[in-house]
Amino acid sequence: MTDAWFAGADPDDPESGATRVRTGRAPAPADWPAEAVDAGFAADETDYYAKLRSATLAAASEAVAERERADDVQLAHAVRAMDDAERTANELAERVVEWAGTLYEEVPRGLDGVRDIAERDPKTAAEERVVSYATRAVDLLDERDDLRAFIEERAPTTAPNLAEMAGPVLAARLIALAGGLESLAKKPSGTVQVLGAEDALFAHLKGRATSPKHGVIFTHEYVRGTRPGDRGSAARALAGKLSIAARVDHYSGDYRPDLHAELADRMETIRARADEEADE
Amino acid sequence: MSDDSSAADADADLPEGVERRPFGGRERLSTRGAQVYGEPVDSDGWRAWDAGRSKLGAMLELGMDTGLVGGESVLYLGAASGTTVSHVADFAGPTYAVEFAPRPVRDLLGVAEDRDNLFPLLKDARDPESYAHVVESGIDCLVMDVATRGQATVAVRNRQFLADDGRLLMAVKARSEDVTAEPDDVFDDVLAELDSAYELLETARLDRFHADHLGIVARPK
Repeated sequence: MTDAWFAGADPDDPESGATRVRTGRAPAPADWPAEAVDAGFAADETDYYAKLRSATLAAASEAVAERERADDVQLAHAVRAMDDAERTANELAERVVEWAGTLYEEVPRGLDGVRDIAERDPKTAAEERVVSYATRAVDLLDERDDLRAFIEERAPTTAPNLAEMAGPVLAARLIALAGGLESLAKKPSGTVQVLGAEDALFAHLKGRATSPKHGVIFTHEYVRGTRPGDRGSAARALAGKLSIAARVDHYSGDYRPDLHAELADRMETIRARADEEADE
Repeated sequence: MSDDSSAADADADLPEGVERRPFGGRERLSTRGAQVYGEPVDSDGWRAWDAGRSKLGAMLELGMDTGLVGGESVLYLGAASGTTVSHVADFAGPTYAVEFAPRPVRDLLGVAEDRDNLFPLLKDARDPESYAHVVESGIDCLVMDVATRGQATVAVRNRQFLADDGRLLMAVKARSEDVTAEPDDVFDDVLAELDSAYELLETARLDRFHADHLGIVARPK
Protein backbone atom coordinates (compact mmCIF):
# COMPACT_ATOMS: atom_id res chain seq x y z
CA MET A 1 0.00 0.00 0.00
CA THR A 2 1.28 3.44 -0.81
CA ASP A 3 1.33 6.73 1.14
CA ALA A 4 0.67 8.69 -2.07
CA TRP A 5 -1.81 11.55 -1.94
CA PHE A 6 -3.93 9.80 -4.58
CA ALA A 7 -4.19 6.53 -2.60
CA GLY A 8 -7.87 6.01 -1.92
CA ALA A 9 -8.83 9.25 -3.69
CA ASP A 10 -11.50 9.27 -6.37
CA PRO A 11 -9.78 10.15 -9.70
CA ASP A 12 -12.85 12.07 -10.82
CA ASP A 13 -13.30 14.08 -7.63
CA PRO A 14 -10.62 16.72 -6.88
CA GLU A 15 -12.15 17.22 -3.42
CA SER A 16 -11.25 13.73 -2.27
CA GLY A 17 -7.67 14.25 -3.48
CA ALA A 18 -7.57 17.65 -1.75
CA THR A 19 -8.36 16.12 1.61
CA ARG A 20 -5.51 13.64 1.18
CA VAL A 21 -3.14 16.45 0.12
CA ARG A 22 -4.00 18.32 3.32
CA THR A 23 -3.91 15.49 5.82
CA GLY A 24 -1.63 12.84 4.31
CA ARG A 25 2.02 12.21 5.15
CA ALA A 26 4.80 10.03 3.83
CA PRO A 27 8.21 9.15 5.26
CA ALA A 28 9.83 9.83 1.88
CA PRO A 29 8.90 10.94 -1.63
CA ALA A 30 8.59 8.46 -4.51
CA ASP A 31 7.99 8.57 -8.24
CA TRP A 32 4.35 9.48 -7.72
CA PRO A 33 3.52 10.26 -11.38
CA ALA A 34 4.62 6.76 -12.48
CA GLU A 35 2.89 5.10 -9.51
CA ALA A 36 -0.34 6.95 -10.28
CA VAL A 37 -0.31 5.76 -13.88
CA ASP A 38 0.49 2.18 -12.80
CA ALA A 39 -2.32 2.28 -10.26
CA GLY A 40 -4.76 3.46 -12.91
CA PHE A 41 -5.40 6.76 -11.09
CA ALA A 42 -4.21 8.73 -14.12
CA ALA A 43 -4.13 7.81 -17.82
CA ASP A 44 -0.67 9.29 -18.36
CA GLU A 45 1.73 11.85 -16.91
CA THR A 46 -0.14 14.83 -18.36
CA ASP A 47 -3.39 13.59 -16.89
CA TYR A 48 -1.63 13.02 -13.54
CA TYR A 49 -0.35 16.60 -13.37
CA ALA A 50 -3.80 17.95 -14.28
CA LYS A 51 -5.32 15.96 -11.41
CA LEU A 52 -2.52 16.97 -9.06
CA ARG A 53 -3.12 20.60 -9.96
CA SER A 54 -6.86 20.43 -9.20
CA ALA A 55 -6.21 18.69 -5.90
CA THR A 56 -3.44 21.04 -4.71
CA LEU A 57 -5.38 24.16 -5.72
CA ALA A 58 -8.45 22.94 -3.85
CA ALA A 59 -6.40 21.86 -0.82
CA ALA A 60 -4.48 25.13 -0.54
CA SER A 61 -7.58 27.24 -0.99
CA GLU A 62 -9.51 25.32 1.70
CA ALA A 63 -6.57 25.41 4.11
CA VAL A 64 -6.09 29.16 3.60
CA ALA A 65 -9.77 29.89 4.10
CA GLU A 66 -9.86 27.79 7.26
CA ARG A 67 -6.76 29.39 8.78
CA GLU A 68 -7.76 32.93 7.83
CA ARG A 69 -11.28 32.56 9.19
CA ALA A 70 -9.95 31.31 12.52
CA ASP A 71 -10.99 33.34 15.52
CA ASP A 72 -7.50 34.50 16.50
CA VAL A 73 -6.93 35.92 13.02
CA GLN A 74 -10.25 37.77 13.25
CA LEU A 75 -9.28 39.18 16.65
CA ALA A 76 -5.93 40.37 15.33
CA HIS A 77 -7.60 42.16 12.42
CA ALA A 78 -10.22 43.70 14.70
CA VAL A 79 -7.67 45.18 17.10
CA ARG A 80 -5.58 46.59 14.25
CA ALA A 81 -8.74 48.07 12.70
CA MET A 82 -9.68 49.55 16.08
CA ASP A 83 -6.29 51.26 16.31
CA ASP A 84 -6.58 52.50 12.71
CA ALA A 85 -10.04 53.92 13.39
CA GLU A 86 -8.87 55.71 16.52
CA ARG A 87 -5.73 57.13 14.94
CA THR A 88 -7.62 58.33 11.89
CA ALA A 89 -10.47 59.78 13.97
CA ASN A 90 -7.94 61.79 15.99
CA GLU A 91 -6.35 63.06 12.84
CA LEU A 92 -9.71 64.16 11.40
CA ALA A 93 -10.65 65.67 14.76
CA GLU A 94 -7.63 67.94 14.74
CA ARG A 95 -8.66 69.34 11.38
CA VAL A 96 -12.31 69.68 12.39
CA VAL A 97 -11.53 71.63 15.55
CA GLU A 98 -9.00 73.81 13.74
CA TRP A 99 -11.44 74.60 10.94
CA ALA A 100 -14.54 74.95 13.14
CA GLY A 101 -12.62 77.43 15.31
CA THR A 102 -12.59 79.83 12.36
CA LEU A 103 -16.38 79.57 11.89
CA TYR A 104 -17.79 79.25 15.42
CA GLU A 105 -17.17 81.19 18.63
CA GLU A 106 -17.07 78.30 21.11
CA VAL A 107 -15.54 74.99 20.11
CA PRO A 108 -14.67 72.43 22.83
CA ARG A 109 -11.25 70.85 22.33
CA GLY A 110 -10.54 67.35 21.08
CA LEU A 111 -13.04 64.60 20.40
CA ASP A 112 -15.75 66.33 22.48
CA GLY A 113 -15.43 69.26 20.10
CA VAL A 114 -15.94 66.99 17.12
CA ARG A 115 -19.11 65.46 18.57
CA ASP A 116 -20.35 68.96 19.37
CA ILE A 117 -19.71 70.24 15.83
CA ALA A 118 -21.32 67.19 14.24
CA GLU A 119 -24.59 68.03 16.06
CA ARG A 120 -24.76 71.58 14.73
CA ASP A 121 -27.08 72.88 12.07
CA PRO A 122 -24.96 74.35 9.26
CA LYS A 123 -25.99 77.76 7.90
CA THR A 124 -23.34 78.39 5.24
CA ALA A 125 -21.62 76.25 2.65
CA ALA A 126 -18.41 76.24 4.71
CA GLU A 127 -20.29 75.23 7.86
CA GLU A 128 -21.94 72.46 5.90
CA ARG A 129 -18.55 71.07 4.94
CA VAL A 130 -17.09 71.25 8.41
CA VAL A 131 -20.19 69.67 10.01
CA SER A 132 -20.19 66.90 7.41
CA TYR A 133 -16.49 66.29 8.01
CA ALA A 134 -17.10 66.15 11.76
CA THR A 135 -19.82 63.57 11.16
CA ARG A 136 -17.31 61.28 9.42
CA ALA A 137 -14.96 61.55 12.39
CA VAL A 138 -17.82 60.74 14.78
CA ASP A 139 -18.76 57.74 12.64
CA LEU A 140 -15.18 56.51 12.89
CA LEU A 141 -15.26 56.90 16.66
CA ASP A 142 -18.46 54.87 16.78
CA GLU A 143 -16.82 52.24 14.58
CA ARG A 144 -13.90 52.12 17.01
CA ASP A 145 -16.32 51.55 19.89
CA ASP A 146 -18.11 48.80 17.95
CA LEU A 147 -14.78 47.13 17.21
CA ARG A 148 -13.86 47.29 20.87
CA ALA A 149 -17.21 45.71 21.79
CA PHE A 150 -16.57 42.97 19.21
CA ILE A 151 -13.13 42.28 20.71
CA GLU A 152 -14.51 42.26 24.24
CA GLU A 153 -17.11 39.73 23.22
CA ARG A 154 -14.84 37.49 21.15
CA ALA A 155 -11.56 37.43 23.07
CA PRO A 156 -12.89 35.48 26.09
CA THR A 157 -14.08 32.61 23.86
CA THR A 158 -10.97 32.58 21.67
CA ALA A 159 -8.44 32.83 24.52
CA PRO A 160 -10.22 32.63 27.89
CA ASN A 161 -7.17 32.73 30.16
CA LEU A 162 -5.31 35.32 28.16
CA ALA A 163 -8.39 37.56 27.94
CA GLU A 164 -9.00 37.25 31.68
CA MET A 165 -5.41 38.03 32.58
CA ALA A 166 -4.60 40.74 30.04
CA GLY A 167 -8.05 42.10 29.38
CA PRO A 168 -9.66 41.45 25.98
CA VAL A 169 -8.01 44.33 24.10
CA LEU A 170 -4.46 43.65 25.31
CA ALA A 171 -5.04 39.94 24.66
CA ALA A 172 -6.00 40.75 21.07
CA ARG A 173 -2.96 43.04 20.73
CA LEU A 174 -0.58 40.31 21.91
CA ILE A 175 -2.15 37.84 19.48
CA ALA A 176 -1.83 40.38 16.65
CA LEU A 177 1.82 41.17 17.47
CA ALA A 178 2.77 37.51 17.74
CA GLY A 179 0.99 36.63 14.48
CA GLY A 180 -1.68 34.36 15.98
CA LEU A 181 -2.48 32.49 19.18
CA GLU A 182 -0.34 29.51 18.20
CA SER A 183 2.73 31.69 17.59
CA LEU A 184 2.11 33.49 20.87
CA ALA A 185 1.86 30.16 22.67
CA LYS A 186 5.21 29.12 21.22
CA LYS A 187 7.06 32.28 22.21
CA PRO A 188 9.23 32.31 25.32
CA SER A 189 7.96 34.64 28.02
CA GLY A 190 10.95 36.96 27.55
CA THR A 191 9.69 37.62 24.02
CA VAL A 192 6.12 38.16 25.22
CA GLN A 193 7.50 40.69 27.73
CA VAL A 194 8.91 42.90 24.95
CA LEU A 195 6.32 42.33 22.18
CA GLY A 196 5.60 45.76 20.74
CA ALA A 197 9.01 47.12 21.79
CA GLU A 198 10.90 45.70 18.80
CA ASP A 199 12.72 48.95 18.00
CA ALA A 200 14.08 49.20 21.53
CA LEU A 201 14.93 45.49 21.53
CA PHE A 202 16.95 45.67 18.32
CA ALA A 203 18.74 48.81 19.55
CA HIS A 204 19.66 46.77 22.63
CA LEU A 205 20.80 43.73 20.63
CA LYS A 206 23.03 45.97 18.55
CA GLY A 207 24.53 47.27 21.77
CA ARG A 208 23.13 50.77 21.57
CA ALA A 209 20.72 50.67 24.49
CA THR A 210 19.67 48.88 27.64
CA SER A 211 17.22 46.02 27.26
CA PRO A 212 13.56 47.10 27.18
CA LYS A 213 11.62 46.12 30.31
CA HIS A 214 8.26 45.87 28.63
CA GLY A 215 6.48 46.22 25.30
CA VAL A 216 2.74 46.54 24.86
CA ILE A 217 2.09 44.87 28.24
CA PHE A 218 3.00 48.27 29.72
CA THR A 219 -0.67 49.17 29.27
CA HIS A 220 -1.57 46.54 31.88
CA GLU A 221 -2.39 47.85 35.33
CA TYR A 222 0.05 45.38 36.90
CA VAL A 223 2.93 47.09 35.07
CA ARG A 224 1.80 50.70 34.77
CA GLY A 225 0.43 50.74 38.32
CA THR A 226 3.68 49.46 39.82
CA ARG A 227 6.34 51.97 40.86
CA PRO A 228 9.10 52.40 38.21
CA GLY A 229 11.78 50.59 40.25
CA ASP A 230 9.69 47.40 40.37
CA ARG A 231 8.22 47.52 36.89
CA GLY A 232 10.84 45.20 35.44
CA SER A 233 9.90 42.52 38.00
CA ALA A 234 6.21 43.15 37.44
CA ALA A 235 6.57 42.93 33.66
CA ARG A 236 8.57 39.72 33.95
CA ALA A 237 6.02 38.12 36.27
CA LEU A 238 3.09 39.20 34.11
CA ALA A 239 4.74 38.06 30.86
CA GLY A 240 5.54 34.68 32.41
CA LYS A 241 1.93 34.05 33.33
CA LEU A 242 0.62 35.51 30.06
CA SER A 243 2.68 33.06 28.04
CA ILE A 244 1.41 30.19 30.19
CA ALA A 245 -2.13 31.50 29.68
CA ALA A 246 -1.60 31.59 25.90
CA ARG A 247 -0.30 28.00 25.97
CA VAL A 248 -3.26 26.75 27.98
CA ASP A 249 -5.65 28.60 25.64
CA HIS A 250 -4.01 27.21 22.51
CA TYR A 251 -3.41 23.64 23.62
CA SER A 252 -6.37 22.94 25.91
CA GLY A 253 -8.78 25.88 25.98
CA ASP A 254 -9.80 25.29 29.62
CA TYR A 255 -10.18 28.15 32.02
CA ARG A 256 -7.63 27.82 34.88
CA PRO A 257 -8.52 29.96 37.91
CA ASP A 258 -5.33 28.96 39.80
CA LEU A 259 -3.20 30.63 37.12
CA HIS A 260 -4.80 34.00 37.84
CA ALA A 261 -4.59 33.56 41.62
CA GLU A 262 -0.85 32.79 41.36
CA LEU A 263 -0.23 35.96 39.40
CA ALA A 264 -2.23 38.03 41.88
CA ASP A 265 -0.11 36.60 44.73
CA ARG A 266 3.12 37.31 42.93
CA MET A 267 2.09 40.89 42.16
CA GLU A 268 1.17 41.42 45.78
CA THR A 269 4.67 40.34 46.82
CA ILE A 270 6.31 42.67 44.30
CA ARG A 271 4.19 45.62 45.32
CA ALA A 272 4.76 44.91 49.00
CA ARG A 273 8.40 45.90 48.45
CA ALA A 274 7.36 49.52 48.06
CA ASP A 275 5.36 49.42 51.30
CA GLU A 276 8.24 47.79 53.19
CA GLU A 277 10.64 50.46 52.05
CA ALA A 278 8.15 53.18 53.00
CA ASP A 279 7.94 51.68 56.52
CA GLU A 280 11.70 51.67 57.03
CA MET B 1 28.44 26.66 -25.92
CA SER B 2 30.60 28.76 -28.26
CA ASP B 3 34.01 29.79 -27.04
CA ASP B 4 33.54 33.44 -27.98
CA SER B 5 30.85 33.86 -25.36
CA SER B 6 30.55 37.55 -24.65
CA ALA B 7 27.94 40.02 -23.45
CA ALA B 8 26.07 39.62 -26.72
CA ASP B 9 25.95 35.90 -26.10
CA ALA B 10 24.90 36.16 -22.46
CA ASP B 11 21.51 34.59 -23.10
CA ALA B 12 23.27 31.32 -23.82
CA ASP B 13 23.84 30.90 -20.07
CA LEU B 14 20.20 31.45 -19.24
CA PRO B 15 17.68 28.62 -19.09
CA GLU B 16 15.44 28.18 -22.08
CA GLY B 17 12.40 30.37 -21.50
CA VAL B 18 14.38 33.13 -19.80
CA GLU B 19 15.58 35.99 -22.00
CA ARG B 20 17.15 39.39 -21.66
CA ARG B 21 14.83 41.82 -23.36
CA PRO B 22 14.57 45.60 -23.43
CA PHE B 23 12.17 47.17 -20.95
CA GLY B 24 12.13 50.96 -20.72
CA GLY B 25 15.45 51.15 -22.57
CA ARG B 26 17.21 48.66 -20.29
CA GLU B 27 17.99 44.98 -20.87
CA ARG B 28 16.25 42.95 -18.19
CA LEU B 29 15.59 39.31 -17.44
CA SER B 30 12.12 38.20 -18.45
CA THR B 31 9.90 35.15 -18.79
CA ARG B 32 6.72 34.60 -20.73
CA GLY B 33 3.49 34.20 -18.78
CA ALA B 34 0.55 35.92 -17.15
CA GLN B 35 1.40 39.12 -15.28
CA VAL B 36 1.61 38.77 -11.49
CA TYR B 37 2.87 41.77 -9.54
CA GLY B 38 2.52 44.77 -11.83
CA GLU B 39 5.81 44.06 -13.63
CA PRO B 40 6.26 45.51 -17.14
CA VAL B 41 5.11 43.24 -19.97
CA ASP B 42 6.22 43.71 -23.58
CA SER B 43 4.10 43.29 -26.70
CA ASP B 44 5.18 39.65 -27.14
CA GLY B 45 3.95 38.70 -23.66
CA TRP B 46 7.39 38.67 -21.96
CA ARG B 47 7.32 40.08 -18.46
CA ALA B 48 10.30 41.62 -16.69
CA TRP B 49 11.79 39.60 -13.83
CA ASP B 50 12.76 42.06 -11.14
CA ALA B 51 16.06 40.92 -9.60
CA GLY B 52 15.51 43.38 -6.77
CA ARG B 53 12.41 41.46 -5.72
CA SER B 54 13.65 37.98 -6.43
CA LYS B 55 16.72 36.25 -5.01
CA LEU B 56 16.78 33.67 -7.80
CA GLY B 57 16.44 36.51 -10.32
CA ALA B 58 19.46 38.15 -8.67
CA MET B 59 21.47 34.91 -8.90
CA LEU B 60 20.76 34.70 -12.64
CA GLU B 61 21.40 38.41 -13.13
CA LEU B 62 24.79 38.06 -11.41
CA GLY B 63 25.69 35.24 -13.81
CA MET B 64 25.81 32.43 -11.26
CA ASP B 65 25.90 28.99 -12.90
CA THR B 66 22.53 27.71 -11.70
CA GLY B 67 22.51 24.68 -13.99
CA LEU B 68 18.93 25.56 -14.97
CA VAL B 69 18.16 24.70 -18.58
CA GLY B 70 14.37 25.06 -18.70
CA GLY B 71 11.68 22.41 -18.39
CA GLU B 72 13.08 20.83 -15.21
CA SER B 73 11.04 19.76 -12.20
CA VAL B 74 11.32 22.20 -9.31
CA LEU B 75 10.59 22.13 -5.59
CA TYR B 76 10.41 25.72 -4.39
CA LEU B 77 10.51 26.25 -0.61
CA GLY B 78 9.41 29.65 0.69
CA ALA B 79 7.25 30.57 -2.29
CA ALA B 80 5.60 33.47 -0.41
CA SER B 81 3.04 35.21 -2.62
CA GLY B 82 4.57 33.75 -5.77
CA THR B 83 6.65 36.61 -7.19
CA THR B 84 9.65 34.43 -8.02
CA VAL B 85 7.92 31.09 -8.37
CA SER B 86 5.67 32.58 -11.08
CA HIS B 87 8.77 33.19 -13.23
CA VAL B 88 10.11 29.73 -12.41
CA ALA B 89 6.85 28.09 -13.48
CA ASP B 90 7.02 30.10 -16.73
CA PHE B 91 10.20 28.29 -17.85
CA ALA B 92 10.31 25.10 -15.72
CA GLY B 93 8.33 21.87 -15.77
CA PRO B 94 6.26 20.65 -12.79
CA THR B 95 6.80 23.23 -10.05
CA TYR B 96 5.88 22.49 -6.43
CA ALA B 97 5.54 25.70 -4.38
CA VAL B 98 5.68 25.29 -0.59
CA GLU B 99 4.74 28.18 1.67
CA PHE B 100 3.88 28.12 5.36
CA ALA B 101 1.94 31.36 5.92
CA PRO B 102 -1.74 31.42 4.85
CA ARG B 103 -1.93 35.08 3.80
CA PRO B 104 0.71 34.92 1.03
CA VAL B 105 -0.73 31.59 -0.16
CA ARG B 106 -3.97 33.45 -0.90
CA ASP B 107 -1.97 35.42 -3.52
CA LEU B 108 0.00 32.36 -4.60
CA LEU B 109 -3.30 30.68 -5.48
CA GLY B 110 -4.02 33.45 -7.97
CA VAL B 111 -0.62 32.89 -9.57
CA ALA B 112 -1.24 29.13 -9.75
CA GLU B 113 -4.68 29.58 -11.33
CA ASP B 114 -2.94 31.05 -14.39
CA ARG B 115 -0.31 28.29 -14.65
CA ASP B 116 -0.92 24.60 -15.40
CA ASN B 117 2.39 23.39 -13.96
CA LEU B 118 2.37 25.18 -10.59
CA PHE B 119 1.22 23.21 -7.53
CA PRO B 120 0.72 25.32 -4.38
CA LEU B 121 1.17 23.63 -0.99
CA LEU B 122 0.37 25.28 2.35
CA LYS B 123 2.99 23.29 4.26
CA ASP B 124 5.95 23.79 6.59
CA ALA B 125 9.31 23.30 4.83
CA ARG B 126 10.83 22.19 8.15
CA ASP B 127 8.49 19.16 8.04
CA PRO B 128 9.06 17.49 4.63
CA GLU B 129 7.01 14.41 5.60
CA SER B 130 3.92 16.61 5.48
CA TYR B 131 4.32 16.96 1.70
CA ALA B 132 6.42 13.93 0.71
CA HIS B 133 3.17 12.18 -0.23
CA VAL B 134 2.59 14.88 -2.88
CA VAL B 135 6.00 16.01 -4.13
CA GLU B 136 7.69 13.46 -6.37
CA SER B 137 11.22 12.12 -5.92
CA GLY B 138 14.02 12.86 -8.38
CA ILE B 139 13.42 16.62 -8.48
CA ASP B 140 15.91 18.44 -10.73
CA CYS B 141 16.10 21.66 -8.79
CA LEU B 142 15.44 22.61 -5.17
CA VAL B 143 15.05 26.37 -4.77
CA MET B 144 15.13 27.72 -1.23
CA ASP B 145 14.16 31.15 -0.07
CA VAL B 146 12.90 30.60 3.46
CA ALA B 147 13.33 33.51 5.85
CA THR B 148 13.51 31.41 9.00
CA ARG B 149 16.19 30.38 11.43
CA GLY B 150 17.77 27.05 10.52
CA GLN B 151 17.87 27.56 6.75
CA ALA B 152 20.67 24.99 6.32
CA THR B 153 18.73 22.38 8.31
CA VAL B 154 15.76 22.86 6.00
CA ALA B 155 18.03 22.35 2.97
CA VAL B 156 19.47 19.15 4.46
CA ARG B 157 16.05 17.76 5.37
CA ASN B 158 14.76 18.38 1.85
CA ARG B 159 17.77 16.74 0.18
CA GLN B 160 15.66 13.55 -0.19
CA PHE B 161 13.56 15.12 -2.95
CA LEU B 162 16.53 15.91 -5.18
CA ALA B 163 17.82 13.71 -7.99
CA ASP B 164 21.48 12.73 -7.51
CA ASP B 165 22.49 15.10 -10.29
CA GLY B 166 20.02 17.78 -9.14
CA ARG B 167 20.84 21.28 -7.95
CA LEU B 168 20.20 23.22 -4.77
CA LEU B 169 19.75 26.94 -5.40
CA MET B 170 19.55 28.74 -2.12
CA ALA B 171 19.46 32.32 -0.91
CA VAL B 172 20.52 32.66 2.73
CA LYS B 173 19.30 35.68 4.62
CA ALA B 174 21.80 36.47 7.37
CA ARG B 175 19.30 38.38 9.45
CA SER B 176 16.94 35.41 9.64
CA GLU B 177 19.59 33.39 11.46
CA ASP B 178 20.80 36.06 13.85
CA VAL B 179 20.09 39.79 13.63
CA THR B 180 23.17 40.71 15.64
CA ALA B 181 25.86 38.45 14.15
CA GLU B 182 28.15 39.45 11.30
CA PRO B 183 26.66 38.14 8.03
CA ASP B 184 29.96 36.46 7.09
CA ASP B 185 29.94 34.43 10.31
CA VAL B 186 26.34 33.40 9.69
CA PHE B 187 27.17 32.32 6.12
CA ASP B 188 30.16 30.28 7.33
CA ASP B 189 27.93 28.39 9.77
CA VAL B 190 25.30 27.74 7.10
CA LEU B 191 27.89 26.47 4.60
CA ALA B 192 29.43 24.22 7.24
CA GLU B 193 26.08 22.63 7.98
CA LEU B 194 25.21 22.21 4.28
CA ASP B 195 28.46 20.28 3.89
CA SER B 196 26.88 17.19 5.48
CA ALA B 197 24.54 16.69 2.52
CA TYR B 198 25.73 18.90 -0.32
CA GLU B 199 28.81 19.65 -2.38
CA LEU B 200 29.20 23.40 -2.90
CA LEU B 201 29.58 24.55 -6.49
CA GLU B 202 29.39 28.33 -6.22
CA THR B 203 28.55 31.08 -3.76
CA ALA B 204 28.09 34.80 -4.31
CA ARG B 205 26.88 37.71 -2.24
CA LEU B 206 23.61 39.10 -3.62
CA ASP B 207 24.15 42.52 -2.02
CA ARG B 208 23.79 44.41 -5.29
CA PHE B 209 20.12 43.39 -5.15
CA HIS B 210 19.54 42.03 -1.62
CA ALA B 211 21.52 43.25 1.39
CA ASP B 212 23.15 40.56 3.56
CA HIS B 213 22.08 37.63 1.38
CA LEU B 214 24.30 34.84 0.09
CA GLY B 215 23.42 32.93 -3.07
CA ILE B 216 24.46 29.27 -3.05
CA VAL B 217 24.59 26.67 -5.83
CA ALA B 218 25.23 23.12 -4.64
CA ARG B 219 24.61 19.51 -5.61
CA PRO B 220 23.75 16.51 -3.44
CA LYS B 221 26.65 14.45 -2.08
